[in-house]
Amino acid sequence: MSLKPQRIEVILETVLDSIALAEEMSVRLAAAAGFSEDDQYRIGLAVHESVMNAYQYGNEQRREKKIHVVFELAHEKMVIRVADQGTGFRLEEVPDPRMDENVLGETGRGVLLMRAFMDEFDVLVGQGGGAEIIMAKRYRTH
Amino acid sequence: MPLKAASREIGGVTIIDLDGRITLGDGSALLRDLIRENLSKGHTKLVLNLAAISYLDSTGLGELVSGYRFVKSAGGELKLLNLNKKVSDLLQVTKLYTVFDIHNDETQAIASF
Repeated sequence: MSLKPQRIEVILETVLDSIALAEEMSVRLAAAAGFSEDDQYRIGLAVHESVMNAYQYGNEQRREKKIHVVFELAHEKMVIRVADQGTGFRLEEVPDPRMDENVLGETGRGVLLMRAFMDEFDVLVGQGGGAEIIMAKRYRTH
Repeated sequence: MPLKAASREIGGVTIIDLDGRITLGDGSALLRDLIRENLSKGHTKLVLNLAAISYLDSTGLGELVSGYRFVKSAGGELKLLNLNKKVSDLLQVTKLYTVFDIHNDETQAIASF
């Protein structure tokens, strides 16, 4: 990682196109930070899922609400924060879609994918009371 | 790239070749329509060829599960063919590989019905 620490903030409208836009930005930043193509894909998918969560569940597809995305290229990892203007949710209340009783459900896999593809993952209550997803991917040293 | 789909029939089995992304608003609705359309024509032995799927999100995974359930409830079977590494990884992480009958060879997939 040779880049200086950088922080980029983006305010997105709650529209479908914001999902692919945030994903694309994250992939380009991950590439600039030196992540492998596999990790670029994983970071992109995690961002895709987090913004989709904000679009669908947090902001309930209401265009006037905003999705606040922050990308930080820190010294040892890339940190991504995605905040919505919904009512928030508690991570421990999200059912595990891998359990037998949930595996045939149509929803609930986004959190699992973000957790699996990032090194760090948490959900906090944002400043406005909505959900703030915080996740990070560490730079590989080899 | 938007999802493209083409259907072909071999030995009473309908193979749906999918190409592109299956994501929210970009492919998931088309996939749902395709499965329902095939069932309405009496095609109950379905194989989704995912070799050219470049991207799948949790909505796309949900649509695959929905299709599986819908076909099963109609007395048919929905199987998956040619998972690339990205799709295979997603099915491993989500444990959906335990749900679907997955094949790497088209002839074997057809013979499995």
